[in-house]
Amino acid sequence: MKSETTKTYEQINAKIEAGKAVVLTADEIIDYVERKGPEAAAAEVDVVTTATFGPMCSSGCFLNFGHSTPKMRISEAWLDDVPAYAGIAAVDVYLGATQLRQGDPANLYYPGEFRYGGAHVIEKLVAGERVQLFGLSYGTDEYPRREIRTWLTINELNQAIMVNPRNCYQNYNVAINCSERPIYTYLGLLKPNMQNLTYCSAGQLSPLLNDPLYQTIGVGTKVWLAGAQGHVYAEGTQHCPTCERGANDVPSEGAGTLALTGNMKRMNAKFVRGVSLTGYGVSLALGVGIPIPILSPEILKRTTVRDEDIQAQVIDYACDYPQKTGKVICSVSYAELKKGEVQIRGKTVPSGSMSSYSRALEIAHLLKDEIKRGDFLLSKPLQPLPRQQGMGGLKIVDQNNREVR
Amino acid sequence: MSTKKLMLYFPKSETEKPIVYHLVKDYNLVINIFRAKVTPEEYGYLVLDVTGADEDIRRGMEFVKTLNVQVDESHKGVRWDEQICTGCGNCIVHCPTQALHIPDRTTMKVVFDSDLCVECLSCISNCPYGACSSIF
Repeated sequence: MKSETTKTYEQINAKIEAGKAVVLTADEIIDYVERKGPEAAAAEVDVVTTATFGPMCSSGCFLNFGHSTPKMRISEAWLDDVPAYAGIAAVDVYLGATQLRQGDPANLYYPGEFRYGGAHVIEKLVAGERVQLFGLSYGTDEYPRREIRTWLTINELNQAIMVNPRNCYQNYNVAINCSERPIYTYLGLLKPNMQNLTYCSAGQLSPLLNDPLYQTIGVGTKVWLAGAQGHVYAEGTQHCPTCERGANDVPSEGAGTLALTGNMKRMNAKFVRGVSLTGYGVSLALGVGIPIPILSPEILKRTTVRDEDIQAQVIDYACDYPQKTGKVICSVSYAELKKGEVQIRGKTVPSGSMSSYSRALEIAHLLKDEIKRGDFLLSKPLQPLPRQQGMGGLKIVDQNNREVR
Repeated sequence: MSTKKLMLYFPKSETEKPIVYHLVKDYNLVINIFRAKVTPEEYGYLVLDVTGADEDIRRGMEFVKTLNVQVDESHKGVRWDEQICTGCGNCIVHCPTQALHIPDRTTMKVVFDSDLCVECLSCISNCPYGACSSIF
């Protein structure tokens, strides 16, 4: 296959601005290329839109409240009774998605319900609802106020910037339970003796599965983040491109991740949703769309990946996952997973999903429409994502650096 | 013969009469109770299937209404809010009767058929978004 450039970012953006760009979603492109052939399709198509919607725990936001009279440093802060990190400058806080409400019994009465946390506050803010701020401070000469309680909406905040260190996992484990008791995980309730399994990916629609070697998605790439135009600000935490990959270079493990940021004031609450996972905790479900510029026939070919060509590893979350044994039961394709039943060790296991394919599809179409209207231009990455990189574990040592078991 | 899924609402103090006994004995109805909350001094609910001749079901419900019990054919004890549902599909494997299901596996949209719901309530604890709820 020829891999020479057939288009540049500038040419694609010029077509978008003129309202003439040819844009297809990552599921539409599959049949299109089959009909037209890869060379002709690569010349015609400018952008393929990818998307995903699912829980992304490593999310949160920086908020700036503005100053009260008299001024206050705010050294401890709670929003709707959820603690926010205030160890930064005056009246700035970082509210994390998984932070539980003060006094939540967590798993004390197992399995806990985890009804409300940081993610739910973020959802309320984006929806324009009022939240309560409670703050404490030790008082200083220039910031004398020591306590504050007030109510505010996102409109009154100076800034509300979402900053998510780990989003958009390239692929993800399929969780199953081989033990004899039910277990409660971030992939939901897993019934004993492999009675169900859960996967969490948009498969053929998912951003990094359509650009498996990060040829277009890099630091600086503009993304659709819950309706706002945000961008990739860094490789995501635990970005681990060196892993098992298929002949099409598509990983069968977690692999790549993205760190995303965007202006929360421009977001749509339909795509920013608080998640309560029984027995596990709170998370934030986010909608992300990423446009892939069709710079070459090779890049186009990558976007035609199908669910049957994407494998995911099935892992026992009762033993092998928590104990880090590295054992994989088997690999299955997203085509099988999406059918609702999978064969594992000769047993038919019903499959459920934690990622919403229907909402991802909606996002891919929203982004497609935005680009076609000329409202969303693409950006060239400032820096590529690492393509070779492993991931370390955490050693437990004593003060003399001797490993402790 | 037909089967109807009904929800009965008992206002305070109407809970002493053996309603189900009369429906079986006097109106020849086959009763399958999914879920009930009937306590003295309080309002109560009963969600059930009644099977019988259409005329018997009609007469049985007339009898129930004479006891000041309200019969609701359209609303059930478990509600699914389409606006809250994100369509992830985590509930599907936990629903024993396929009341929650995905009819089209290309669009993967989640649908709730309340007539198939037996009110086991497993969707309520398994929905990460609180899309399923019980009115009692």
